Amino acid sequence: MPNVVPMTSASTDARTDARTTGPLALLRPLSSHRTWQATFHAVAGMFLGAATGVVVVLLGVLWWAAVISLVQGANGHWLLTALYVVVALLAPLAVPPWVRFISALQRERFRALLGVEIAAPGHAPGSGWRSILRPWTTGATWRQLAYHLLTPLLGGLGGVVVLACWSAPVLLPLSVGTPSGPEYLLRFVGAIALLFAAPWVARGVAGADTAVARHLLGRGQAEELAERVESLARSRADLTSAADSERRRIERDLHDGVQQRLVCLAMNLGMARATLTTPTEEALEVIAAAHDEATAALAELRDFVRGLHPAVLDDRGLDAALSGVVARAPLPVKLRVDVPRRCSPSIEAIAYFAVSEALTNVAKHAEASRAEVVTEQVGDRLVVTVTDDGRGGASSEGAGTGLRGLAQRAAAVDGGLTVVSPPGGPTTVTVSVPCE
Amino acid sequence: MRVVLAEDSVLLRAGLTKLLTDGGFEVVDAVPDADRLLTAVDAHRPDVVVVDVRMPPTHTDEGIRAALVIRRLHPEIAVCVLSQYVEERYATDLLSVGTSGVGYLLKDRVAQVSDFLDALRRVAAGGTALDPEVVAQLLVRRDDPMERLTPREQEVLRLMAEGRSNNGITAALKVGHSAVEKYVTNIFAKLDLPPTDTDHRRVLAVLKYLGT
Repeated sequence: MPNVVPMTSASTDARTDARTTGPLALLRPLSSHRTWQATFHAVAGMFLGAATGVVVVLLGVLWWAAVISLVQGANGHWLLTALYVVVALLAPLAVPPWVRFISALQRERFRALLGVEIAAPGHAPGSGWRSILRPWTTGATWRQLAYHLLTPLLGGLGGVVVLACWSAPVLLPLSVGTPSGPEYLLRFVGAIALLFAAPWVARGVAGADTAVARHLLGRGQAEELAERVESLARSRADLTSAADSERRRIERDLHDGVQQRLVCLAMNLGMARATLTTPTEEALEVIAAAHDEATAALAELRDFVRGLHPAVLDDRGLDAALSGVVARAPLPVKLRVDVPRRCSPSIEAIAYFAVSEALTNVAKHAEASRAEVVTEQVGDRLVVTVTDDGRGGASSEGAGTGLRGLAQRAAAVDGGLTVVSPPGGPTTVTVSVPCE
Repeated sequence: MRVVLAEDSVLLRAGLTKLLTDGGFEVVDAVPDADRLLTAVDAHRPDVVVVDVRMPPTHTDEGIRAALVIRRLHPEIAVCVLSQYVEERYATDLLSVGTSGVGYLLKDRVAQVSDFLDALRRVAAGGTALDPEVVAQLLVRRDDPMERLTPREQEVLRLMAEGRSNNGITAALKVGHSAVEKYVTNIFAKLDLPPTDTDHRRVLAVLKYLGT
């Protein structure tokens, strides 16, 4: 169970046990930290379980008695009838809070004495009169109730056995009569055997109690899974947006740093090229070459940086950013953007890159004469469709298409990418992502 | 010609100041953000403003916003916007206020020193200087009237939108002067522009294509 943190001291202890050799090794368990934890746990469980169990049983008995009396027709004083009614009504109300309280106590016993964390089941209070009945409809309440009814019996028994083992050397000699020599020896040996067994009995009882408590006081499997799914979804969303902001950061850094420097460099070279008249033909050629290189590097860097994250997407939204992509495409593309509200930056980025990647593919592979991009909001989803009139046969499975990476990005936000591309065309790439 | 320059990168601000000074402009002020640009424009009333798009505090489109304010408040002051990327939407915003005395160029263009200075002089003189990339982006979206024009006419219109005169177009296309005049007349006709003042029609034709 992922919510249970295993006790660290136990493993340290086990290592200490293993290290000691010789006759002392036999005595080691008796004084071991873990043994005493288990013993205190069992004894505390015995008392706590008995006390809390009695209250639960008492409440149950009172309620049952009141109900039976009412059903059979109360014939005493009207005050008595009123009392029955009050008990019959209040007992069911009192049990769930009481159960929650004593479950918390028991969990605290596990945490404090064994270092075992047992996560409390979720408590949905509800509202109005439903809040009164709701606990009775959840499995968690019944499981906890079962624990509190079991523990006075089994936990009590366990505690008694553990105590008996420890106190055997004292109790056995003191018990009935004056035994004969061999019988005394037998009792003595038995007492010693019980004493040496005590650590294991205590650990066994604590272990069994822990197993039962985890099952009955902890969360149910469904709740566990639901929580896990929720936390996975949350961490996945965090990862996606972290990756996005990282791209933004890199884009900003490049824009403010390298790009500006490169513009300066190209500008200075340009000025040198334009103004220098005295240098030799060769020097001028070198300057011209450097100037051309710097200009080419600038153009390359610009494309790269824009591919990281288009700044206009944040400023002006999907429509503006997509107009740019469409305009840069080397074939005529019709664009329709019909998204009344803005989605989260991560979602807009996915839609943007989907169009960008799809159009790149169209230009590279499709042999299309025109394409159409439609972005619209369908329900609470953002749906992007890129259609071309090319030769078809495209697939999102091919490693080199870039569509695969996009499919993964879309999947990471509970979206999807589909490619419909029969041989001969037309090809339609559809990306559907939740517009959060 | 007096210039106010707004650019947040210290390095580039210094470089541009030198470039403009060497090119015969008088840089009366060079500021690092949009707020100070507006103050400087009020104080100096320059002939032309050169402004970067991304500036503090948000590093998004401060430059475009400032340019729009200047265009509205001081229509006589020419504005040339420089940007690392050209965005169709920024161009449309910029041109929506009018197409005279306006420029929108990729920052890279400053490396082509004489071309850049020419473009800036054209803007300062009330003309237009749009980066070829801007024009390409603006034209591609207008599918309706575009389809009426032949590819050659589209090319001529593209050059017109960049702010070139008929002579400039003649030189760029390496065709005869009369051929260019014929293309221009055809463009006006196909765009249903009445034969009035030629310069006025040029602006209208460009505007029509830019969809403003």
